[in-house]
Amino acid sequence: MSTTIQPGVGTPETPKVQELRQSKAGTGPGSASWPVKISLGIVCLAWVIPVLALLVNSFRTRDAQASSGWWSVIANPLDLTQWTVSNYSRVITTDEAGVNMGQAFVNSFIVTVPATVIPILIAAFAAYAFTFMEWRGRDIVFVVIVGLLVVPNQVALVPLLKLYGALGLNGTFVAVWLAHIGFGMPLAVYILRNYMSGLPMAIIESAKIDGASHYTTFWRLIVPMSVPALASFAIFQFLWVWNDLLIALLFLGRGENTIATVALQGLQGQTGQGKELIASAGFVTIIVPLLVFLSLQRYFIRGMTSGAVKG
Amino acid sequence: MAIKIINALIAIIGGIGGAMLLYWILNKLAESLKGRWEDRIKPWMFAGPAILAIGVYLIYPAIVTIQYSFANADSSEYIGLRNYKELLTDSSFLKVLINNLLWIIIVPALTVALGLGVAVLADRLRARGEKLSKTLIFLPMAISMVGAATIWRTVYEYQPSGTPQTGALNAVFGLFGKGPFFWYSIDNLKLNSLLLMVILIWTQVGYSMVLLSAAIKSVPEDTLEAGRIDGAGERRIFFSLVVPQIWPTVITVFITVLIGVMKVFDIVYVTTNGAFNTDVIGRRFYDEMFTQGNSGYASTIVVILMIAIIPILVYQVRQFRLQEAAR
Repeated sequence: MSTTIQPGVGTPETPKVQELRQSKAGTGPGSASWPVKISLGIVCLAWVIPVLALLVNSFRTRDAQASSGWWSVIANPLDLTQWTVSNYSRVITTDEAGVNMGQAFVNSFIVTVPATVIPILIAAFAAYAFTFMEWRGRDIVFVVIVGLLVVPNQVALVPLLKLYGALGLNGTFVAVWLAHIGFGMPLAVYILRNYMSGLPMAIIESAKIDGASHYTTFWRLIVPMSVPALASFAIFQFLWVWNDLLIALLFLGRGENTIATVALQGLQGQTGQGKELIASAGFVTIIVPLLVFLSLQRYFIRGMTSGAVKG
Repeated sequence: MAIKIINALIAIIGGIGGAMLLYWILNKLAESLKGRWEDRIKPWMFAGPAILAIGVYLIYPAIVTIQYSFANADSSEYIGLRNYKELLTDSSFLKVLINNLLWIIIVPALTVALGLGVAVLADRLRARGEKLSKTLIFLPMAISMVGAATIWRTVYEYQPSGTPQTGALNAVFGLFGKGPFFWYSIDNLKLNSLLLMVILIWTQVGYSMVLLSAAIKSVPEDTLEAGRIDGAGERRIFFSLVVPQIWPTVITVFITVLIGVMKVFDIVYVTTNGAFNTDVIGRRFYDEMFTQGNSGYASTIVVILMIAIIPILVYQVRQFRLQEAAR
């Protein structure tokens, strides 16, 4: 998600930046003084405590949540009357607050998986054409794509809303899939082309000499070699689509096809019955991206440092 | 539910299978042509579907949006510059612009500064401590703005006076006998907007930290050694040797966060929905388009946003050209 390319980083032959660095006298690893450790500790706590607070609240009963703050559990964690798992079971299985989080959670997957997987193939073919084929207009088309990286999706929404309305697509998954495929395409082409242009040209040349067509070279050589870049884009797009509110709000709305972020937003206004479900609904919404992110952090960072931005 | 899941599976298999079949057919078509024509047509067969998707979902609608900005609320009649005149003289819209300007001035700068600070400090920890602290600070990047706003309720929440406070901020103020305050409603010194900015900064600092940390680590050691031999202190070395060398990354982070801030929507929509003078362009756009159904105003707001983006776009393309030249 950066606008310029860090030369070298994120391309295949990149040496690990981490390892280049030798320890420096006075500032190297392990040199942290107590004030440094304490201030970092405070920052880390400030970053994590709100998340933990939400987690704690999600397991507290309605009365406990209303009568005391989440921090009060530190004083009496063993008071079992305050704990419950019913917030989760209620928010997932019922729609008592007008929101069925279990349904919305499944819908989030239904929206996210195709909107992540389909653009990869389309972008990979395009990136191949931009990297390994000579054609008139290639460079200018690619510069347009680079420019479009910073253009916000809002530019397309008014006409799309009307178009979808005329075609009767509003409220359908197809509408959202197509929108995310279109909006994610500049980033996908950019990341993949950047990566492919760092692949060793000699291999592609020798495949050509052996008589392999572009089509064969693409499937046999380029796709297997580009897996790290495909993975980076997949994580970006997955997080982006799962966490999106605006496009889902516009094209899916709050009906039976609504996704988790929209459902969670709808719960925020609850003041009476159902207010105790906000924390558990929040956790249901954030848990999947958190797990994806933690397990694939490496690819995510690689994509970030390779110069990807999404407008 | 089962039907929906089956539909989604069909979409995945059909989408991928269909796309694979499409490229196979396109490739066969190109190969059926002779010699030079095959080479001319094939790149368009490979790149065509992606270009089509970008054309249909970004370029064409952007042009239509510009058209709509000169038309009335239901886009049935051209009205010249009236939308622009009305919006730019509407005091409520000017307040929105000022709010956005504040977000633009404050959020990217603070995000870069905090990310840089954390990167420098975490660098001095042992490997395990560095990894743990970075992961914790990076984590909110995976959380949606709606999720982040939900999380920050545990800090900002307000309960009426006399009832137990459930938000940490009011609890702390309560210890000193102050409050409780309904934070989102206090627009003195733009306090409510600042509190919303904190949420966005919370999600972005990890990104800034990771990029800046990688940049700092790739600064060649010998340039710093030279400074040390000349007797420069660590602070001096950092500001006059490290910072100039990581400056391109600083700009990169700044611009990326800036683009995100210019179109910020979710945080304001979820927390105040624009009330209490916290409105921003992104939310006002949504409001005009969806709630008021005024395509003219909505499109005009987007065009204003596009104009504001142009300098960044030019910079982006120039940077790209420079890097291509250096390849």
